[in-house]
Amino acid sequence: MVTRLIDSRSRSAIAASIQGRRIDTGGLLFRSLLQSALVLTLVILAVLLVSVFADGWSQIGGRLGEFLSGTLRSQSKDAELGVHQGIYGSLWIAVSVAVLAFPIGIGAAIYMEEYAPRNRFTSFIEVNIRNLAGVPSVVYGLLGLAMLVNGDIFGLDRLTGGRSTLSAGITLAVLVLPIVIITSGEALRAVPNSLREGAYGVGATRWEMIRTQALPYAAPGILTGTLLSMARAVGEAAPLILVGAVTGRLGDNPALLDLGALSERFTALPIVITSWTQQSGRDTGFAAAAAGAIVVLLVFVLIMNSAAIGLRNRFEKKRG
Amino acid sequence: MTDTATDTARGTVVETTATTGTPHPLALGFRATAKTITPVEPEPAASGHTVLHTRNLNVDYGQFRAVRDVSFDVHQHEITALIGPSGCGKTTVLRCYNRMNDLIEGARVTGTIEYHGVDLYGEKVDAVEVRRRIGMVFQKPNPFPKSIYDNVAYGPRVAGQRKGLGEVVENSLVKAALWDEVKDRLSDSAFELSGGQQQRLCIARAIAVDPDVLLMDEPCSALDPIATARIEDLMQEIKQEYTIIIVTHNMQQAARVSDMTAFFTAEVHSENDNRTGILVECDHTDVIFSNPSDERTENYVTGRFG
Repeated sequence: MVTRLIDSRSRSAIAASIQGRRIDTGGLLFRSLLQSALVLTLVILAVLLVSVFADGWSQIGGRLGEFLSGTLRSQSKDAELGVHQGIYGSLWIAVSVAVLAFPIGIGAAIYMEEYAPRNRFTSFIEVNIRNLAGVPSVVYGLLGLAMLVNGDIFGLDRLTGGRSTLSAGITLAVLVLPIVIITSGEALRAVPNSLREGAYGVGATRWEMIRTQALPYAAPGILTGTLLSMARAVGEAAPLILVGAVTGRLGDNPALLDLGALSERFTALPIVITSWTQQSGRDTGFAAAAAGAIVVLLVFVLIMNSAAIGLRNRFEKKRG
Repeated sequence: MTDTATDTARGTVVETTATTGTPHPLALGFRATAKTITPVEPEPAASGHTVLHTRNLNVDYGQFRAVRDVSFDVHQHEITALIGPSGCGKTTVLRCYNRMNDLIEGARVTGTIEYHGVDLYGEKVDAVEVRRRIGMVFQKPNPFPKSIYDNVAYGPRVAGQRKGLGEVVENSLVKAALWDEVKDRLSDSAFELSGGQQQRLCIARAIAVDPDVLLMDEPCSALDPIATARIEDLMQEIKQEYTIIIVTHNMQQAARVSDMTAFFTAEVHSENDNRTGILVECDHTDVIFSNPSDERTENYVTGRFG
């Protein structure tokens, strides 16, 4: 084949038209805006972390063991000052959320997505669950106070022991329930229809399809959502104050696995942080203690999130 | 159409039920016991015995009528092709045979579909059991996110089989002409296969539960010509054992593989632009492609329309 080029004048015209160096100002501006948003976020986080670590160093650096095993005290100089009671409360609140909110929430989501018919009634329910997820946490605290602490309905205070870790755990489980339902439902909705049809096509029942296809596929999404909601529950302070978390002096210091103390008076890490920050006005040493407690809470949440990410990666690998 | 064969078959079924007093094995409604009894093969019959007898079938989605008044028969160990332009309800009709339309909310199937003389939409019929006997291969290969082995073993497993799965998997993959390509990597993810291999895997998965009928919904539309040819060869091989209904957009494919061809078209309702599928005619494939009795069929198969 003979290669025939067009004349050089036309060629340079073509070259000029495709070699233009237009500067995309709008695009560059947009990109730098996005970049600065990210940088700003990272800077804020870094400042927060550095200042918290620096402030709390006298506690978590100097006497970490005592700080982790110590209790609420009225003097910041007290050798037994520490966050152990707070860790106990937060740990068991997290466990309550896992035990109560996860199965109930995921169960409700499976029913809504896989079994319930789509009609006005079910979409009404769905809208309401979404609204519940936006209700301020204090309102849930009031609910916990009335139902679990005062026993206004069903006399549940006899079960929970009134102002107890158990009441706090149940209250926060109820608080995150709508979030668990919504995120699990969204994960299930993302399961491709072809997968469901494939399973039905070889004679799977609805339950078999859900168990062997929909749930494994949705597992990473469900897990991410549920563990985010757990992190939220562990960070809540306002509802706990209403349910009667102790901010001053708490006699008991139960061992981490002491289930008997679940119906006793309690505190939790966010409460410890709030309370010590308030007390730093009269006793400046509490500022360092509060910062130390923040570090402990951050590590607590970090451990939970890493577990979540690890599990999710395992499920995603399985999903192929 | 062999109405007499159908009537004979139907008569037999009724008689069996009446004299023995036990449910006919094809009455499908007894899921609890189905796992313990060996499935009884359909009544032995001469080739050409009617497997699926469809009369006056209508399918509605809510207010919208998708298919109207479809009647035709599907015979044992034949390949029946459903052809026609887009939106003419071929797939909708196909999905009636394994009760897949049950899964779509608002879908309503009326008319008669008899499977070996038993009403497929009868009160006692369990759709899950129907789907074990009437398998399906979908338009897009849809392997499960599992290993090749687990994909094929899935159907037998949900049917309660625990032993001899290896053998079932091997036989199914051999029948699906995939065994030689995957025998050394059965534990690999099904997603590592090519599109054509994935579709053959889906065929293996469908035949692993030893169905009686295979429904294929445009099984080659996402495949290249070489993979398509392999699947067409495969269909010819397995039709000795199965009755196959295939929906296809590809008229050459219908002409190549099928014994019978049903031509569908769509009526357009001018008031709302909705389309309702109707069956124009169903006849031997060579008749449909050489000497159809309806002008619309002739226009379609000669490429003057659609």
